[in-house]
Amino acid sequence: MTDIFSVLSPGAYTTVQDLGRFGWQPFGVPPSGMLDDFAGRIANMLVGNPDTAALLELTFSGPTLKILAPANIALTGADMPFSINDTPAAGWCAVSVQPGDTVTVGMARSGCRGYLAVSQGIDVPLVMGSRSCYVGAAIGGFNGRPLQAGDCLRRGAGEADHLEHRVPAALVPAYPSEITLRAIPGPQDDFFDHGLDVFFNASFTVSPQADRMGCRLQGPVISQIEAMPKSIISEPSLPGGVQIPQDGQPIILLSEQTVGGYTKIATVISSDIPRVAQALPGDCIRFEHIDIDAAHALYHRQTLLLERIRNEIKLPAAEQRFRRDRPDPAAVDWNSPVVVDKLIHCLYQT
Amino acid sequence: MGAVALNSQCFDRPKFRLAGDRGLLVEFGDAITPEINQTVRAMTFVLETAAVPGVREVIPTYRSVVIVYDPLTTAPSLLVSRILSFYGELARIEAPPPKESVIPVCYGGEFGPDIAFVAAHNHIGTDDVIRLHSEPSYPIYMLGFSPGFPFLGGLSEKLHTPRLTSPRTRVPAGSVGIANNQTGIYPIASPGGWQLIGRSPVRLFDPQRPEPFLLCAGDTLRFEPITPGEYQRRAVGDEDD
Repeated sequence: MTDIFSVLSPGAYTTVQDLGRFGWQPFGVPPSGMLDDFAGRIANMLVGNPDTAALLELTFSGPTLKILAPANIALTGADMPFSINDTPAAGWCAVSVQPGDTVTVGMARSGCRGYLAVSQGIDVPLVMGSRSCYVGAAIGGFNGRPLQAGDCLRRGAGEADHLEHRVPAALVPAYPSEITLRAIPGPQDDFFDHGLDVFFNASFTVSPQADRMGCRLQGPVISQIEAMPKSIISEPSLPGGVQIPQDGQPIILLSEQTVGGYTKIATVISSDIPRVAQALPGDCIRFEHIDIDAAHALYHRQTLLLERIRNEIKLPAAEQRFRRDRPDPAAVDWNSPVVVDKLIHCLYQT
Repeated sequence: MGAVALNSQCFDRPKFRLAGDRGLLVEFGDAITPEINQTVRAMTFVLETAAVPGVREVIPTYRSVVIVYDPLTTAPSLLVSRILSFYGELARIEAPPPKESVIPVCYGGEFGPDIAFVAAHNHIGTDDVIRLHSEPSYPIYMLGFSPGFPFLGGLSEKLHTPRLTSPRTRVPAGSVGIANNQTGIYPIASPGGWQLIGRSPVRLFDPQRPEPFLLCAGDTLRFEPITPGEYQRRAVGDEDD
């Protein structure tokens, strides 16, 4: 273990996260973990870490760090200004840093959450199998809380080889302020009739009340069928569940919620959770109906795509099969099965 | 306790509900009763023992289980047929008997600032509150809200008391409280609006223990009154909340 950086300023809300703490929800412990696990996994890939390594999740604005040991770092996720000793550095790319360097990450220009990985991973104690910070119970991460100025973090043992890994610009996701989320009706879709039409046709605005527990939306009131009970017998919440409280304003549940007694009209599919993680207050959200088979087909595709990206980023820039001219970066819509298929097809070609 | 017979309170056929692309909710009844919860417990036991491929997590609740699965390995249709066949055999399943945990509680005084209010609200003495609260064996229907927080059934009607009009900003870990028809223990310090009648020196949740949790859904719990001296003795070695 090596001291890797000290925190000069922490940013708005910066926590240590890995893929999550699984197997404890029967005891009331939610999974936690990186909310945008697509961007987070890629940050780890870029610095040569396994996907399970712990990294920093940044919210709205990033930290300023004083580097204490040689390392590779990579910033993915939200588009945040990123510099080393006041020289701009590229996101979605491995960057080598040396002791004495100052790394600064600023306010997000698009997207909400950035992921800063360091080679060998952030080393904090494993708590119940995970390094993820769950602030609600003050467990995991760095002392169970968001980073503060003066904190000194360590990385895992090992030497950092210089890496040239980069994500081709064409594969960097855009974070538009108009967001479509695919959702499977249920578990309590039978509590709604007209409410389902409103849910799948109206557009909603992300409210300022959005955190790792859930993302509260504002829009037309979604009402339940009059004859149905106003609440249900409390049951566990899974990430993506869209809860409709009595004011009819939806809340998309995320990874730090354990149980709830409100009806859930629909559930956002796994591969669209990163889009919720990147939504900023004021962004516009629409829900699109998807059936379970289509959702699973997409889940398969996303898994495959991530494996292709894992191989692609290790290639020297000149040999990467994705270049700026192919396809148009603005056209990369991670939510489109057609586009994802094209990307996979393209990556298969030599 | 031996086999759990499917009882008349359970559905003839469980209700299946989709909870996204990785979750399946299976409901066995539509009420909060010990009988339905024992069916939940038996099904949880069967699913965990059978090690069904692709099942990542089985989360028991009051009257349902949530199955978290890996869509690359299995599909809801496969899970539904497995569960239906298990459900048919449930009457013959020998689940281990529920474990009863005894939780020591020092009632009243500084640990239970609201015990007099609970007594006055129900027109009984504080001794009656202690007796009525420590008498039953409470079913633990599920854990949640905060790590290890037990949702208990079976609170005596003579103890039902509304929540505080204004919640406390910090309730110490181990606090035992009442809210309407529910009683429970705060495993970690948190804000809360329950009427506090006592505190336990036992830590329900300690992430550093090999077994972080004392309680398990489907088991039972009994409260045992202890003196302030006994509380201090048992709390020695544990940090304050």
